[in-house]
Amino acid sequence: MDSKNTGKIYGINGPVIYLKGKTGFRMSEMVYVGEERLVGEVISLDKDMTTIQVYEETSGLRPGESVETSGSAVSVTLAPGILNNIFDGIERPLDQIAEKGGAFITRGVSVDSLDTEKKWETHLTVSEGDLVHGGTIIAEVPETRAIVHKCMVPPEVEGTVVSVVPDGEYTIQDTLVVIEQANGEKKELSMTQHWPIRVPRPVHHRYSANEPLITGQRILDTMFPIAKGGTAAIPGGFGTGKTMTQHQIAKWANADIIIYIGCGERGNEMTQVLEEFSELVDPRSGNPLMDRTTLIANTSNMPVAAREASIYTGLTLAEYYRDMGYDVAIMADSTSRWAEALRELSGRLEEMPAEEGFPAYLASRLSAFYERAGMMQTLNGGTGSVSIIGAVSPQGGDFSEPVTQNTKRFVRCFWGLDKSLAYARHFPAIHWLTSYSEYLPDLAGWYSDHVSPKFVDYRNRMMTLLNQESSLMEIVKLIGGDVLPDDQKLILEIAKVIRLGFLQQNAFHKDDTCVSMEKQFKMMDVILYLYRKARKLVAMGMPMSVLKAEGIFEKVIAIKYDVPNDNISLLDIYKNDIDDFYNSVIEKNG
Amino acid sequence: MAIEYLGLSNINGPLVVLEGVQEAFFDEIVEFVVDGNTRKMGRIVELDEDKAVIQVFEGTENMSLTNTHTRLSGHPMEVAVSPDMLGRTFNGIGQPIDGMGSLTSTDKRDVNGLPLNPVRREYPRNYIRTGISAIDGLTTLIRGQKLPIFSGNGLPHDQLAAQIVRQASLGDDSEEKFAIVFGAMGVKHDVADFFRKAFEESGVADHVCMFLNLANDPVVERLITPKVALTVAEYLAFECNMHILVILTDMTSFAEAMREVSSSRGEIPSRKGYPGYLYSELATIYERAGIVEGASGSVTQLPILTMPNDDITHPIPDLTGYITEGQVVLDRSLHGQSVYPPISILPSLSRLMKDGIGKGYTREDHQDLANQLFSAYAKVGEARNLASVIGEDELSPIDKRYLKFGEEFEKRYVGQGPSENRTIQQTLDLGWELLGLLPKEELDRVDTKLIDLYYPQEAEGV
Repeated sequence: MDSKNTGKIYGINGPVIYLKGKTGFRMSEMVYVGEERLVGEVISLDKDMTTIQVYEETSGLRPGESVETSGSAVSVTLAPGILNNIFDGIERPLDQIAEKGGAFITRGVSVDSLDTEKKWETHLTVSEGDLVHGGTIIAEVPETRAIVHKCMVPPEVEGTVVSVVPDGEYTIQDTLVVIEQANGEKKELSMTQHWPIRVPRPVHHRYSANEPLITGQRILDTMFPIAKGGTAAIPGGFGTGKTMTQHQIAKWANADIIIYIGCGERGNEMTQVLEEFSELVDPRSGNPLMDRTTLIANTSNMPVAAREASIYTGLTLAEYYRDMGYDVAIMADSTSRWAEALRELSGRLEEMPAEEGFPAYLASRLSAFYERAGMMQTLNGGTGSVSIIGAVSPQGGDFSEPVTQNTKRFVRCFWGLDKSLAYARHFPAIHWLTSYSEYLPDLAGWYSDHVSPKFVDYRNRMMTLLNQESSLMEIVKLIGGDVLPDDQKLILEIAKVIRLGFLQQNAFHKDDTCVSMEKQFKMMDVILYLYRKARKLVAMGMPMSVLKAEGIFEKVIAIKYDVPNDNISLLDIYKNDIDDFYNSVIEKNG
Repeated sequence: MAIEYLGLSNINGPLVVLEGVQEAFFDEIVEFVVDGNTRKMGRIVELDEDKAVIQVFEGTENMSLTNTHTRLSGHPMEVAVSPDMLGRTFNGIGQPIDGMGSLTSTDKRDVNGLPLNPVRREYPRNYIRTGISAIDGLTTLIRGQKLPIFSGNGLPHDQLAAQIVRQASLGDDSEEKFAIVFGAMGVKHDVADFFRKAFEESGVADHVCMFLNLANDPVVERLITPKVALTVAEYLAFECNMHILVILTDMTSFAEAMREVSSSRGEIPSRKGYPGYLYSELATIYERAGIVEGASGSVTQLPILTMPNDDITHPIPDLTGYITEGQVVLDRSLHGQSVYPPISILPSLSRLMKDGIGKGYTREDHQDLANQLFSAYAKVGEARNLASVIGEDELSPIDKRYLKFGEEFEKRYVGQGPSENRTIQQTLDLGWELLGLLPKEELDRVDTKLIDLYYPQEAEGV
């Protein structure tokens, strides 16, 4: 490495420090600040002033202490050992920090991002004479029981393999392959790569969305689906269930890898994820959920600058696994905290504020973030995806604030959480009238092929009923429900069945917490069948009170609890029950 | 280190600027001597080479550009800690004001604390019985939780906090050591007196450590009071293995103080004039609750904040709600109807409740029962709205039953005496009794098996 640039601290203002004079530092370069070597990043350069944000608490820093560059941009280490681990915002493993510094996070702890001692069982997949380029898989390592880590040639590197080590146990720093590049230079490749967090990893090209990310949550999968490689926002005031929804998706989504970014949120929540995911078993692979999960924890009391970086750290890890050909889903909880971190730093830099004190570049930062999602053809010809699901915590639960509004422009799925539903403990409190998914038309083909050709039609019919209900409720609010004609009363009743029996889902019930597409479809089928039959009865002049007396509506609502997931065929009996109900009403009142 | 600087170059509100300082560090504590007799303390909040901006805790009265001697202390804000602090009263920056002499302890802690590593946290699961149905039944308080009370001026939040202290401290496992750390920021003398009396009457006074920054005490001191209180709480919990309940009142004054200081520093305001770092600053306070792996103590926080104009979307309650693990919201109209405690059920929430109740903790039906009560009470609101439009007589029979349920629920379940201490059994049974006012078919949040078991038999067809 060339001679290191250094500078001296001139001023300190919270997490921002200033250096005077020309320093020769580069933009976005990682620096070590002061005697304790706190990690920081260069965020602005000027002829006579260099500004640095520090990722750790700055109490105790003095003017005059030295600042040293690292020579590279703030980057993450990519190698086996990322999964089943918990990091802070700049990829320092919290376990190791705890071992070194105890229960509280002290400053200037220097730990390796990944375990450099551990030997991994490695299988080499290239041989001498092979032409390799960026993305070529050179070795496979079973990282956890669930995931095989594919070590790749870093992007932008190309050459011919001149030597390969035999299969065996290696650390992440051991040289596995030596290649000769076009200019004749030899380059040693290990499992490890470094990549700057603010730069998207290159891909071959982008596919359009065509496959849903199945989450097992009815209101999402059926009503407002997100595609693999898609983007979604979950805005909601406090207590509306953003975090619960994210947890549910992280648990049950059919992604290969989950990156959970706790950005400026509660410490206990991260502890909960860590505990719960270690115990819970992934229904598809039978392994603990942590085996496919990485947690990035930058809780609300950890330094604000690292909060800003944590989102990018998570994204870069996700892109790395995408390049191996995996489907990765990112849970970012919450992007508002990240935007507030931007605001806080912007305020310290005395930049001109735009709306509500947020910096003017908020929109462009958000768009750059969400555009890193997508279903991609990777450099090695495989297919992988990064889906981003970002929680938004609007101030006062008001969706007109800048973060929600700007996010809405860049995501294609909007799952609006509603306070009144949360107050009535209707969970997930995603409101069916304010939410939308632009992926539905793209995914219609998949649903038709893999679930049922009638799927989208059924879904739309349910949405229509819910919309009709909402306009009828306007009348009910004014004059009461008794005056409505029976066919409208039936709509209200069926909409109630849809709301309670279908949209509402109990995360703590063993059968209801995650529901297969097949069961979702059959439930819709039963509900709509009930509607058809009941409508016939109403058309014959049967009053709603007679229909309700049979108890069939309650029975259909209880399907979610009464039909276990391993015996979906029980659902077929319900149609018989509905027929019995139909006949019995006619018999009694005909 | 013993360099003294004479004079100041600027005084502006609570801030002073000192030039020509050497070897100062960020966040360092400085001591001022004014006119050779008055001592004051301050904290360095900004450094520009040799120019330090210092926040003065005791206010800048009497300071002039020439009469002040300044000395750097060489350490950040620290507070002496010792188990003897229980039973004592201190001012907002941790100096004894009860006339019982100074502390002998030399054990000092940095008040800024450090973030607790999430991998070393223990997820809180033990519930605290408060004896108040609305809390135990619907927003259960868990040991290690931070559960604020969102209140308004004139509402009985102090009585509620005092009742919780009284009844929670007399818990079932009295063998564990229990203590209270009380931090008051900008509260009225009467409020401080009320709490002191309440602690004495309930016989816990010698387990209380009080930090008082009263309404007429310096504003800047308020910024440090909760940090001092929590530093002592952490010490008692994690080093002396005690269960600590921290009461912080009033968080609104704390945030106001921050706004005041921020504006005199000329910072760019974000919402309603509060500084952009309000969230981070509140978080560093609230996040200092919890349980550390390996220690048998815990820190439970019960901050009280008065919502300006009863507005829950105001930045202070709003940001607080995003950090804390739920909230207990008090309601003026319930208070008007003489319901005590006037807890507004629907917006109140305890996030940790789900893991600390149910089989093995309270009773198997607890979660479903709570959900059902919430959902039924939400319908009461709808029925009331309808009744206000079309008149109560025109309501359908089922809506009328909801009205009846709502009335009884508010009167008997939410309402209880200020010294009434209900067991969890009583609370749950009362919940079922009230659900008995509604027909079975309306109970859509409860597992059918539980209905058969607990739904009052005689209630059918009321």
